[in-house]
Amino acid sequence: MKRVLTAIFFFALLIAAWHVVYVRKIWSPVLVPSPESVGRYLWDIIIDGTLASSVAVTLKRLLAGYLLGLVAGVPLGFLTARVRPLRDTLGVLALGLQGLPSVCWVPLALLWFGQTESAMLFVVVMGTLWSVVLATETGIRNVNPVYVRAARTMGSEGIHTWVTVMLPASLPFVVSGMKQGWAFAWRSLMAAEIYVTILTGFGLGHLLHYGRELNAMDQVVGIMLVIVLIGLLADKTLFSPWERFLHRRWGTEK
Amino acid sequence: MTVAQELQSPASARLTLDQVSKWFDTARGRIQALDDVSLQIAEGEFVCLVGPSGCGKSTLLNMIAGLERPEQGRVLAAGQPVKGPSRERMMMFQESALFPWLDAFGNVMFGLKRKPGLTDKERREVANHYLRLVGLEKFAQAAVHELSGGMKQRVALARALAPNPRVLLMDEPFAALDAMTREQLYGDLQRIWTQRHVTILFVTHNVREAVCLGDRVVLFSPHPGRIRGDFRIELPRPRDINSVEVASYATRITRALKEYMEFGAGI
Repeated sequence: MKRVLTAIFFFALLIAAWHVVYVRKIWSPVLVPSPESVGRYLWDIIIDGTLASSVAVTLKRLLAGYLLGLVAGVPLGFLTARVRPLRDTLGVLALGLQGLPSVCWVPLALLWFGQTESAMLFVVVMGTLWSVVLATETGIRNVNPVYVRAARTMGSEGIHTWVTVMLPASLPFVVSGMKQGWAFAWRSLMAAEIYVTILTGFGLGHLLHYGRELNAMDQVVGIMLVIVLIGLLADKTLFSPWERFLHRRWGTEK
Repeated sequence: MTVAQELQSPASARLTLDQVSKWFDTARGRIQALDDVSLQIAEGEFVCLVGPSGCGKSTLLNMIAGLERPEQGRVLAAGQPVKGPSRERMMMFQESALFPWLDAFGNVMFGLKRKPGLTDKERREVANHYLRLVGLEKFAQAAVHELSGGMKQRVALARALAPNPRVLLMDEPFAALDAMTREQLYGDLQRIWTQRHVTILFVTHNVREAVCLGDRVVLFSPHPGRIRGDFRIELPRPRDINSVEVASYATRITRALKEYMEFGAGI
């Protein structure tokens, strides 16, 4: 409870400071909108349904790309961890491409796919895939070999060992990889939505983009707040409980 | 098979090591781990392998478990060459090697689930029986990290015993525990061995521990691992590691061991 109060106090202070900056007219109101105008903008798009529909569009894209990245990334990570030649080839490729900021995929995606959903999906998958591959590989390679030996003496082999020993043993790494993948997917999607203008769906990135075009600072700041909030919510509801559970169970709690 | 049969069926078989040699490839070249080791272990016997680290005791154990293969010589279990791991020969490790994603009960069930011929209900009964045997029935649902070091090794013992192996291979299982916990486990292990008469091969570098537990103490010297002595311990059970008899046996064996240590390093 005390922690919640501290947080509330901190954010109230932040908004108050923002308000003071606005009232003192330190910068032009075109550059720094008032908290009230941002709040009003957010309220308006909540009422007219714009917010809900664009959040839905964005999350749908995010989920599709993210899940594709996971479905391909986890098995690839397993393979690069266990097959030497794959580690020396695919593993190096993954390491290289993971270092590539995902927005760098946008020009390529635009030329390959044009202004389409596919371009969007491609950028998100590329943003997710490599970090998931690397995290899974690390997870598998960190599995204590004594677990596998113990399992073998108990009659486990092949697929059974993979499913009942390697996978759960590497889970803490895989989950932090999933979290990292999520963060990368989110970043790449926002980049894609800002650069890829398509008519099949208006996402949050587009609202941000048009906010700039229309010089509507309340819209820009409002949408940024929404994006931050979604990121926070995803972390708190999707990943934190998982990580807490894993740390408690695996005994790695600090 | 009923639970009663499962719990009572006699467990034992003899192990034979016949002129076993083994080499390892390391960064500094080929190193011989074991040199012409021959050893016979009778049914239901409790044999301790003692020697300083690097004498190939663990390698020997791994070969009997079927996790490694000899390069020369033969390893036989019940007269049959060992070709791979088997539920007949279960292994306990220095680190408990319990799976942290399962609770204590789940760990004991792991090997049982791979054992055919039992219904799921029977498996659960068997698992509970072994948790009771090691005195941890109240901790069935405990996560692994909630258990103390000694409790972990007790669960590991239950897990190793649950599939009813004929041979139990123990690789310095108590080395990481404090002295008090260790003494308790010596008592438990002797009690369980007396009840079930499973064949035990116990690796340790602690001579007293070996004398306290073993019917026989087999002495190894390192670089490469060779058998240097085979002592029969004629003491009544249960034995107390602090007793004068155990100490005097241990002194004799330690003296013999020191003669084979190249640089006189302690154990």
